[in-house]
Amino acid sequence: MTSIFLLGITLSCSAAFIHGTGASFPFPLYTKWFAEFQKLNPEVKINYQAIGSGGGIRQLLAHTVDFGASDAPMTEEQTLHADILHIPSMVGGVVLTYNLPGIPSGLKLTPDIMADLFLGNMKRWNDPRLHAINPELHLPDLPVTIIHRSNGSGTTLILTEYLAKISCAWKKGVGAGPAVKWPVGLGGKGNESVTSLIKQSPGALGYIELSYAVMNNLTYASLANTENLFIAPTVASIHAAAKASEALMPDDLRLSLTNAPGKDSYPLSAFTYILIYRKMDGAKGQEMLHFFKWAITDGQNFASKLHYSPLPESIAVKTMKALGRVSIVW
Amino acid sequence: MVKGPVAHRKKEVHRGDWLFAQFIQAGAMLLIALLLALAWFLIKGGWPAIERYGARFLFSSNWNPVLEVFGAAPVIYGTLVSSAIAIMIAAPLSVSVALFLHAVAPPKIRAVFSFFVDMLAAIPSVVYGLWGIFVLAPWLRSDVEPWLSEHFGFLPFFQGPFYGVGMLAAGLILAIMIIPSIFAMCSEVFRSLPVTYKEAALALGATRWEMMQIAFLRAGKRGIIGGIILGLGRALGETMAVTMLIGNRDEISVSLFSPGQTMASVIANEYAEAGSSIHVAALIEVGLVLFCMTILVNALARIIIRSDDAI
Amino acid sequence: MKSLKQRQLINTCVHILLVGACLVSALPLISIFTYIVLRGAPGLSLHFFTGLPQPIGEPGSGMGNAISGTFVLLGIASGIGIPWGLVAGIFMTEYRDTRMASCVRFSAELLSSIPSIVIGLFIYEQIVLRMHHFSALAGGLALSIIMIPTIARSTEEQLLLIPAHIREAGLALGLPRWKVTCHILLPGIIRSIMTSMMLAIARISGETAPLLFTAFGSRFWPESIFEPIASLPIQIYNLAISPFEEWHQQAWTGAFILALFVLSLNIATRLVMRQKEPLS
Repeated sequence: MTSIFLLGITLSCSAAFIHGTGASFPFPLYTKWFAEFQKLNPEVKINYQAIGSGGGIRQLLAHTVDFGASDAPMTEEQTLHADILHIPSMVGGVVLTYNLPGIPSGLKLTPDIMADLFLGNMKRWNDPRLHAINPELHLPDLPVTIIHRSNGSGTTLILTEYLAKISCAWKKGVGAGPAVKWPVGLGGKGNESVTSLIKQSPGALGYIELSYAVMNNLTYASLANTENLFIAPTVASIHAAAKASEALMPDDLRLSLTNAPGKDSYPLSAFTYILIYRKMDGAKGQEMLHFFKWAITDGQNFASKLHYSPLPESIAVKTMKALGRVSIVW
Repeated sequence: MVKGPVAHRKKEVHRGDWLFAQFIQAGAMLLIALLLALAWFLIKGGWPAIERYGARFLFSSNWNPVLEVFGAAPVIYGTLVSSAIAIMIAAPLSVSVALFLHAVAPPKIRAVFSFFVDMLAAIPSVVYGLWGIFVLAPWLRSDVEPWLSEHFGFLPFFQGPFYGVGMLAAGLILAIMIIPSIFAMCSEVFRSLPVTYKEAALALGATRWEMMQIAFLRAGKRGIIGGIILGLGRALGETMAVTMLIGNRDEISVSLFSPGQTMASVIANEYAEAGSSIHVAALIEVGLVLFCMTILVNALARIIIRSDDAI
Repeated sequence: MKSLKQRQLINTCVHILLVGACLVSALPLISIFTYIVLRGAPGLSLHFFTGLPQPIGEPGSGMGNAISGTFVLLGIASGIGIPWGLVAGIFMTEYRDTRMASCVRFSAELLSSIPSIVIGLFIYEQIVLRMHHFSALAGGLALSIIMIPTIARSTEEQLLLIPAHIREAGLALGLPRWKVTCHILLPGIIRSIMTSMMLAIARISGETAPLLFTAFGSRFWPESIFEPIASLPIQIYNLAISPFEEWHQQAWTGAFILALFVLSLNIATRLVMRQKEPLS
């Protein structure tokens, strides 16, 4: 045991050991990126722990990691004392997954029904209002079990921001944020644990990242968008939401995509961000910059296979411009 | 002062001892310093929350990171209730097992069983959690909770939807985890009791159960209670298995089926990612409350056990 | 007074209850062991020990990083915790009746009752935030704090067991106290101290909570004690709460390895203890 200990001391810190932490929402694509990037640049090691968006922001501000990742852009208050760049890395969708025995697909939800489900006003699946918009489904007589995130999460922010946009009761009673006081339901840590809770509980309704839902063969609902059309979450409908909002993108790249306009747009879409300091240290900073530039360009090709949408062209260009503002301090 | 060879040699001898004494004193002081630093850190780190919420912190049941309102009542409640369930299940079981093994069973069975219980004590918390998620929780959801709700549903404890994970699951896993510690304490107590009590009781014509009451339970009362309280202390601070099984919801609910949150699990869940500094302070204050609670419980147990030794 | 028949009936009922209690307590134990073995053992392969975690959905994941990381963490924790605990234990016997000694003893008792998650908080604020890095060192420190009280207490207990005349004989020969302690007393109890060390190591090797905010986690082989490091318990936790079937499988195999390690340390301790001490 001592020999291992000594070995640990004698091996030096490698310059390009990069640590990041944060959102679990883009975790599947990020690990893929790190593995692919390492194949091209074997000396660069990127370690990423998915502890939640709130954690990404907190640890970045505490300088305990080299980059953070979050689905929620940082607030003005958080960026007040730190010169931080938001790098949108891809577009993702939050889906409402449900576990209803005998209903393998096809549930449709409208904004006001969603709000009532999450507020706990609609308690059973055989509610007449649900039946009215899903006449072809035989909804079971099961209680609705809401599964939510127990930790600070960008996925939660996306959902709660959307609910606050469409429901006054939600806005007043709960509000929008990465961690809220849930009126009902059960908490799980991370996209992973929410997914497994949904899988285990008949009657469950939860919200997770599209790729988690697809990879686990979970069933998810189509949502009514601003044009009152029911849109299923797909890479195309998420991309449509980003495309429709392209022109609105501000220079600091912080933009909400929830309830996006456009008839093909899926209403629960969002950018996910990598957060970095504008000033980065020497060799490590350069390697990081190298990686981010690769991720915005070549890396985008891996996105749709893992059910994320690549960034629309004009936004990728804007992001590259933002990366140009990074200054490397030697 | 007489300066001679003897005194000189004495001084030399002392130098080694002096160094040795300094060294071990420094180590011991550092230990005290470590404890003080821990306490100081908890008070200082939690101070913004203590200052802002005062005593309300302990009694308010609103834990809301969005509005930055923090009341620790739900997590204190969760900790107390899950530990209470654990004690109610584990205490009678472990005392009975210890009693059976020491008063009834032949030494061979005692040795084998004690060995297995010791193994149970050695299993890491996260392994209990793993087993709890994939074996215990599904079983509770599909069998135990429906049964309880059917037969005892009139009680407020057994109402509401079945999640599997929740207060009941956390209490059960804690019970399984503290059985070995209570059992070990009871075994030690029973082993230390004089055999003459047992023989005297039997000689007077007591049945075996009456002998157990007289020679074991009554004679070892304080030790047993002390052991149970030590088990409680362990249950209060247990983190991982509970975090994996309690459902993580900051709310007070009477039903044992519903999810909850304990002091340890709220720290594990929220600390690394708390957004605002007041949230961090509130979590550290939760740590402080937990720290005080476990120390009090352990001190109580030690006082009870020690006063037993005195008698 | 109840009749003899009544008393005997009660006696029989109590016996049945006691046997029942034994069976009920044994059930979870049996279930846990069966699941760990049945679900964990099939995943065992050499690759599991030498491979690294792969991206989701790609085959060939191993837990080499976590297994080696756990050993590094145990090494750091033992390197700090064992000497410190020994010193504190020696202090408590050397200065047995002083107020300081009872102070130290009291501190050690308090320290041992502090929940491990609180120790994790402490190390995060004091070490991780100051060093601006999650690190193996921080994780090892957190674990060492958990070890100290156990080692200190058992050192004290064992030293007190040594008959006074051995110490007196040493002192009478004109040996300084420190030589008596280090060369005569400590070697005499070395075996019991070894066992308590092994038990302490077994205990901390399964600790998860203090590592959450300190050692953090890593996808790579451990390289430096100043970098984040993977550990078996944290990796099992992350895999267990994940939604992927193949990851659950890995969690069970990881749990199998961890449990096997901890249990074999415990059994080894028993074997060592069964042999007679040279002294007492």
